[in-house]
Amino acid sequence: MLRNRTAIPQVPLEKETAVVHKPLAHDSARLHVSGAATYIDDIREPAGTLHIAIGLADKAAGTLRGMTLDAVRAAKGVVAVLTAADIPGKNDIAPAFADEPLFADKEILFHNQAIFAVVARSRDEARRAARLAKIDIDEAKPAITVADALETGARVLPDYEFGRGDAPAALGRAPRRLEGLLHIGGQEHFYLEGQAAFAIPGEGREMLVHSSTQDPTEVQHIVARILAIPDAFVTVETRRMGGAFGGKESQACAWAAIAALAALVTGKPCKVRLDRDDDFALTGKRHDFRADWRVGYDDKGIVSAYDVMLNARCGCSADLSPGVVDRAMFHAANAYWLPDVKVASRRLKTNTVSNTAFRGFGGPQGMLAIERVMDAIAHERGLDPLDVRKANFYRPGGDKTPFGQTVEDMTTLPSMIEELELSSDYRARRRAIEAFNANSPYIKRGIALTPVKFGISFTLIHLNQAGALVHVYTDGSIHLNHGGTEMGQGLFTKVAQVVAEEFGVPIDFVRITATNTAKVPNASPTAASSGSDINGMAAQIGARQIKQRMVEFACAQWGVTAEEIVFRDGLVLIGNKSMSFGELAKTCRLNRVQLSAAGFYKTPVITWDRATATGRPFLYFAFGASCSEVVIDTLTGEMKVERVDILHDVGSSLNPALDIGQVEGGFVQGMGWLTTEELVFDAKGRLSTHAPATYKIPVASDVPADFRTKLHMRPNIADTIYRSKAVGEPPLMLPISVYCAILDAVHAIRPGSQPRLEAPCTPEAILNAIQSIQTH
Amino acid sequence: MTDPHKEPRKSLNFRFRGADVALNGFAPRATLLDWLREEAGATGTKEGCGEGDCGACTIVLARNRDGALTHEAANACVLLLGQVDGAEVLTVEDLAEGANLHPVQQAMVDQHGSQCGFCTPGIVMSLFALYHRGEPATRASICDQLAGNLCRCTGYRPIVDAALETCLGEPADRFAIHAEARAEALAAIADEKDLFVGDDSAFFAAPASERSLAELCDRHKDAVLLGGATDVGLWITKMLRDPRKIIWLGRVAGLDRMETVAEGLDIYATTSLQRAMPRLAELHPDLGEIMRRFGSAQVRVAGTVGGNIANGSPIGDLPPALIALGASVELRHGEASRVLPLEQFFIAYGKQDRQPGEYVRRIHAPRLKANQHYRAFKVSKRFDEDISAVMSGFRFTLEGRRVIEARIAYGGMAATPKRASGAEKALVGADLDNPTSWSAAIAAIATDYSPLTDMRATSAYRSRVAANLLMKALLEVAGGHSATRIGGLHAAE
Ligand SMILES: Cc1cc2nc3c(=O)[nH]c(=O)nc-3n(C[C@H](O)[C@H](O)[C@H](O)COP(=O)(O)OP(=O)(O)OC[C@H]3O[C@@H](n4cnc5c(N)ncnc54)[C@H](O)[C@@H]3O)c2cc1C
Ligand code: FES
Ligand code: FES
Repeated sequence: MLRNRTAIPQVPLEKETAVVHKPLAHDSARLHVSGAATYIDDIREPAGTLHIAIGLADKAAGTLRGMTLDAVRAAKGVVAVLTAADIPGKNDIAPAFADEPLFADKEILFHNQAIFAVVARSRDEARRAARLAKIDIDEAKPAITVADALETGARVLPDYEFGRGDAPAALGRAPRRLEGLLHIGGQEHFYLEGQAAFAIPGEGREMLVHSSTQDPTEVQHIVARILAIPDAFVTVETRRMGGAFGGKESQACAWAAIAALAALVTGKPCKVRLDRDDDFALTGKRHDFRADWRVGYDDKGIVSAYDVMLNARCGCSADLSPGVVDRAMFHAANAYWLPDVKVASRRLKTNTVSNTAFRGFGGPQGMLAIERVMDAIAHERGLDPLDVRKANFYRPGGDKTPFGQTVEDMTTLPSMIEELELSSDYRARRRAIEAFNANSPYIKRGIALTPVKFGISFTLIHLNQAGALVHVYTDGSIHLNHGGTEMGQGLFTKVAQVVAEEFGVPIDFVRITATNTAKVPNASPTAASSGSDINGMAAQIGARQIKQRMVEFACAQWGVTAEEIVFRDGLVLIGNKSMSFGELAKTCRLNRVQLSAAGFYKTPVITWDRATATGRPFLYFAFGASCSEVVIDTLTGEMKVERVDILHDVGSSLNPALDIGQVEGGFVQGMGWLTTEELVFDAKGRLSTHAPATYKIPVASDVPADFRTKLHMRPNIADTIYRSKAVGEPPLMLPISVYCAILDAVHAIRPGSQPRLEAPCTPEAILNAIQSIQTH
Repeated sequence: MTDPHKEPRKSLNFRFRGADVALNGFAPRATLLDWLREEAGATGTKEGCGEGDCGACTIVLARNRDGALTHEAANACVLLLGQVDGAEVLTVEDLAEGANLHPVQQAMVDQHGSQCGFCTPGIVMSLFALYHRGEPATRASICDQLAGNLCRCTGYRPIVDAALETCLGEPADRFAIHAEARAEALAAIADEKDLFVGDDSAFFAAPASERSLAELCDRHKDAVLLGGATDVGLWITKMLRDPRKIIWLGRVAGLDRMETVAEGLDIYATTSLQRAMPRLAELHPDLGEIMRRFGSAQVRVAGTVGGNIANGSPIGDLPPALIALGASVELRHGEASRVLPLEQFFIAYGKQDRQPGEYVRRIHAPRLKANQHYRAFKVSKRFDEDISAVMSGFRFTLEGRRVIEARIAYGGMAATPKRASGAEKALVGADLDNPTSWSAAIAAIATDYSPLTDMRATSAYRSRVAANLLMKALLEVAGGHSATRIGGLHAAE
């Protein structure tokens, strides 16, 4: 029996810290385990609270001719029925391009699009009433798949490309060439807490909305837009989400807006919590892609030219697709120097729910394509795929990404790969696997070791800003607020660690409070892995302002220099005097020193000009590597991941325990994306995998029993908070090694062949891949 | 209910938060989860799916069974409120004692086993049930216990570690210390009366004897018979049906027994899938593995063997496995009873050979003879807690190395669980040592079935895998040296 191999490591430090870099538990851990952590649906309901259910379109495309809602209105418990006609403001929930309404009023964009909402005394009554509607839609033929959209030619946004040199010409000159198509499936977020919002009307036209969202500021804007009231009338609060993963950024707005609209119309507190099946149907997912690639290389497998077209299925509207597809392009080279390169993209419009942000934000799809290409080259040359990867890494003279950013830190990733190659015993295991496969006709094994290089920063430059609000009270307790949201990643804990460190107090002096648009305005979404990078900085800046005032006061009061003042262990040492932090705070107040500050941070250095495709969109890169071993059943296509070794770069971790959680959790989530999680739309555009009964995320037994995670902890070369690195998204791409290991196992059936293995690698996809090389 | 000494009890009795609860006014279709969250204000238990698949709503039911106090995890979202009759309902809020967390809670904190925390109450309750199983947990037993608890954040490793650290054997928490008093409190609310809450137009009834059951069934031919509600619960929470008359079989004395008889095993209808698992495993290890992968611990604890047959699902796991074994089913109506081969019970999609008022009483599973070889395989997208794309069962009767009879049944291949009559015939006379003699049978699968394409698999995949599974069964029975499985028996070493 294999025991836990994941010990929480210590962060190697040059300077001792008291709170930062320590493996503290999540601030809500004790509440989580006792059922006392409050989510939207757990907030105590004021008397008279009403409940909302959504009425859905039963066609994927067409024109809404009319609807008969009498039976809905007459149903037991129904208080109001809301349609587009009831919206006082603009019927528009799109983040930028005004291309998606809250309620369909003319054109039907996708199957199960929201058309109306029922407000009733209970959730059960609302749900039952919603099904009594008669919706009349003049049905049109929907475009569902990438292929459909390529045929109709419809786009949500113009095509975009960038590159270097002349890839087609270089392909022509290359000694060897390969090309292929790779279908990459989408992914449902499956946050355990579904979408939820609770709106409480205030005096005048004020509206307080509790929303399960990563982007309270955007929710505020949309609520104000729908209700036609100024932003200042709307307060959005988010204490925590039961998971989000990108799915509660733009996708949280509609429900908050509907709850607020209902509250406005009825004058009562109104709550909406989507049923899981409705959540699947109504909210966007990870984009599925078809990558059409061509590569030119030499006998050693060294790439000279790469030409890739990323066909992204964006769904019915632009939503966040501009950034998602751009990020896919930014990651199309992953860790490799591609001399002549063209990265092109199409943002395809289909009659499906609008695809959206999902951990990695397009990066995983771009990266999977190039990793697939590395395997193709290795298989054609009869080389070990790891050797082909190594031969193509960024290197002196080849240190520029296809978008022109220099990879400043070229050595970290190759050294991590070397380390993992040794610690995972890759070479010996490959030999053992070859020996096994030679004697096993039905069961085959495969192994792969793949790199991750992920760019950190929002590529929409203005989002790289953050605010924080810090108050010190006269008992020494500290109220901390910032624009970031807590979705389980431990952001609140990390930021509290930063503030506690600043004031030299134990972590429990810091009271973490719910994200609230009235406290920190104009915040960016908690996304792009940037949460602790930018909010940690903003909070540190805020805390330092207060501390500076306290120090200045103490210098004047007790005639010491600033160097003689030390904040430590909840005490303040002032020359040879010592007092508690609270005492100093109290003395400051008596002397009219301001003990509150707003911190503000904007990420330096980064630039990006999309029109010319020049600049430096990323402050730095986060790296990772993983080695996976799988076994497949060639009679059924079933697959099991047997062992995984991970080495992941977190800089000088703010909290190694939380970071391991992100790495392991991200790995398993990405493994699900590439293996069991399959979204199936039928020809009429209906999502037939709309619940956990049919959509299968990994369970405990899917996690390899032998799962070894190690953090790579060297100070970030970029000047980030305590030289840590972002860790939210990058680990999601580690399980590309699982995909490649499956491909390796299939390839073992006929060495030298080029199996067509689509993602996700369901048993059916694996059996198809096997068939693709058996019938050749 | 004609017995004057046994007036039906008119209230639902259970224990909650250390006190007796008696309810006599609730909708027959009310779920335990809605009662907890909306009536009792106990919001620690979460709803993640409302269909028994995510485990966020996991609670533990403690009951006296066979002289011991058992603790079983169940999904409150698809458990009807009436089904908690006679049980102690334990939720996540019950575990800590003031500021002192329960050992499984503390281990979850120490191991960083929660991130967003939404799955956590359910996970804690699943681990609490495991803790009370009283055996040292292994990675395998933990994964089995957790198969019905989805966590999207952690990747499970720290949760498994928390269980390894705490589920060490004899439970020593305050629930164990007070086990006797708790058992007595449960005994005090137990009775052998029929339960009938409601009136003749809408009720939740739980007869205590087969006689009362027969009477009720006769009187209310339109009532829904309820086994574990792992199907019926979804009719309510997802299809929003409103069954007004519910007859729960879970209190019928003796209907949950298993008996070893000369020719095999008799399993009575309300035997939970969980309890049936080890006995079926004795018949053949493949049956044990099929049962291990059946739903999740929560589903197996609630779901019944009778329900898995009676629901007539074309993708149910037990029917093909048992048909191949040669099982039969007993149907009962009052004193009248009939027995038919299991395959005959399934007439067409959604249509079973069951008359109004009749109920599935017993399944008989014969033991294999010395010259009989059995295999069963389930193929699904995910190994644990998934519905089969293809389910298969094989029984080959041999004379020497020659097949003299074959029973082959598949699920997921037709509108009902169905035998492969063409393949069965073609296999007679096949020689285990000569794989070419198998080909006709393997090829016959393509004509025996024309499966559908749906979200679980395409028609082409189903046909191909069904044929390959027959080959796999033959390969294994023929006894070659090559590995044929990626886990469990015959695994790749
Ligand atoms: C999360 C989840 C996972 C699942 N996984 C699987 C799986 O892996 N394999 C599988 O096969 N199934 C699976 N199921 C389906 C279901 O659990 C099983 O079919 C189960 O055996 C049903 O039993 P039950 O007692 O809960 O039935 P109920 O829901 O109580 O009843 C089902 C039907 O049978 C009728 N019925 C029940 N008992 C009798 C009786 N004695 N006589 C006459 N009629 C009766 C009911 O009236 C109803 O029509 C799963 C369900 C869920 C929710
Ligand atoms: S809420 Fe998902 S199993 Fe009950
Ligand atoms: S901690 Fe978020 S789902 Fe488990």
